[in-house]
Amino acid sequence: MQAADAASLAVHTQDLAKRYGKTVALSGLTMSVRRAEVFGFLGPNGAGKTTAVKLLVGLALPTAGEGWVLGAPIGDLQTRRRLGYLPELFRYQGWMKAREVLGLHCELSRMARSEWKKEIELALDMVGLADRADDRVEGFSKGMQQRLGLGVALLGRPELVLLDEPTSALDPVGRHDVREIIRQLTARGTAVFLNSHLLSEVEQICDRLAVVDHGRVIATGTMSQILGQDGAVRVRVTGLPAPSRAALGEFGNLEDEGEWLTFRGLPPDRVPQLVSEIVRQGGRVYAVEPRHETLEDRFLQLLKEQEP
Amino acid sequence: MRQTLTIARLTILEASRRKLLLALGVLTIVVVVLTSWGFSRLPTMKDVTPAEVRLAASQLTILMAFMFSGVLALGSTLVAAPSIASDIESGIALAILPRPIRRGQLLMGKWLGLALLVALYAAGSGLLELLGIWLGTNYLPPNPIASLAFVAAEGIVLMTLALLLSTRLSPMTGGVIALVLFFVAWIGGIALAIGITFDNDTIKNIGIGSRLLIPTDGLWHGAIFYLEPSEILAAARVAGRARAGNPFFADAPLPGIYLAWVVAWLVAVIGLANWSFARRDL
Repeated sequence: MQAADAASLAVHTQDLAKRYGKTVALSGLTMSVRRAEVFGFLGPNGAGKTTAVKLLVGLALPTAGEGWVLGAPIGDLQTRRRLGYLPELFRYQGWMKAREVLGLHCELSRMARSEWKKEIELALDMVGLADRADDRVEGFSKGMQQRLGLGVALLGRPELVLLDEPTSALDPVGRHDVREIIRQLTARGTAVFLNSHLLSEVEQICDRLAVVDHGRVIATGTMSQILGQDGAVRVRVTGLPAPSRAALGEFGNLEDEGEWLTFRGLPPDRVPQLVSEIVRQGGRVYAVEPRHETLEDRFLQLLKEQEP
Repeated sequence: MRQTLTIARLTILEASRRKLLLALGVLTIVVVVLTSWGFSRLPTMKDVTPAEVRLAASQLTILMAFMFSGVLALGSTLVAAPSIASDIESGIALAILPRPIRRGQLLMGKWLGLALLVALYAAGSGLLELLGIWLGTNYLPPNPIASLAFVAAEGIVLMTLALLLSTRLSPMTGGVIALVLFFVAWIGGIALAIGITFDNDTIKNIGIGSRLLIPTDGLWHGAIFYLEPSEILAAARVAGRARAGNPFFADAPLPGIYLAWVVAWLVAVIGLANWSFARRDL
């Protein structure tokens, strides 16, 4: 992809790689995040998620590959004015008041001073810290500091917000609030890059996602593409000889669990044909259940497929 | 430049909000009041002549300068060693650096803020102490402003070194290394004096090397020279070898070439710190 094409995307990376000594943190990350979408970035611990985000915001330097953020090469100073970032390891100056921390980030973002007050009040309202704005950050709980970090990331109406585990310190109410904030962001055209291992959260709010493992993307697409458009069907069967079971693999990706057979990727209109075939082979069908796969199921399956 | 000034202001504000300035200010005033009282006792001692008061006051002034320069050196190390490292460890730097600010601007902002604090403390504490000495003994060293400038420069040199170490090492490690180098340089200065006095090239070269690598002791001797009254200088020159190794004596001002070296050293260490910080993965 050329730089000009990358301009239409919020994020684009091509074979982005990062090594720390002999350790490969990221090996050939290729992905695209569209504007105004919520993009989930999933992976187990140590998969390279935080490394990828740090590369995108210029906190780490890539050892290979290329990347563009809002059409500019990663690390571009001017582009950072249009970025919001909540780090995984969030900490703000404890000796400052919440309002002062936001003011500092307005200043560092080179925002016009006339806009500070409005932006700070807006951010405080969005993250629910308006009543603690004049308290020192050192008195904040971890959850409140994470809310403040989110407020910092929202300053200046950024075009892209990168959130690295944004709800790790939040209670259920806080998590709900973050989901609402993300929905508001996309409604005003902001792209959100959500780095998380909270799968239910990702499933609820992401338009598209990428799954990474051992530093590379192992699956990417919309939620339905990742989960499998055709879904899966579980059938409870007895009396079916082993060769016949194996032959049923033509109907889909077969998981044989004894009495239960699971067929992945089976179109719904082929289910009657499957049942007829089982009966024809001498099997006795007790139950046919469509199976709605959760993101967690699919995530675990994807990781399992990567195991040597 | 605007971003650099923002960070410099933040650094000074942090020192103020964390009560560092208050603590230093109160302690300095206590020390100045106590030592001024001590100086004021000198002319009241039995059978003491004005010349003896002047002699004693001049040497005690050097010792006071040594104490304040020590406080400044230790203080600037303790403040500078964690300045970058602890921001990285705590995560504060992770929130700031994705903003449109270069790492060099962050580093220079820290340096500028700390350098102003060092200069402010050197000037404030030094002038207060000299005022106390003058009120107590009517003695003023020959060139107190130049001396204070060298004391401040000594603190700035050590602060710059600690800042460089802070870009790569933990606050504890960086601080310990900077302090060890400071004391090694002090011993190196004594070695240089002994080497010159006894005309031993090996010892002399070790001393010169130490003074070039870590210019704190060189600057300390620059400060001493402007505190020595002319009669002390004359008497010491007559004493010959007897003055060897005295770390509280300097019989000549620092040569211009050495001052140029100190400036080049500062530029090089700041440049190295920028290079080191810019290449570090956070």
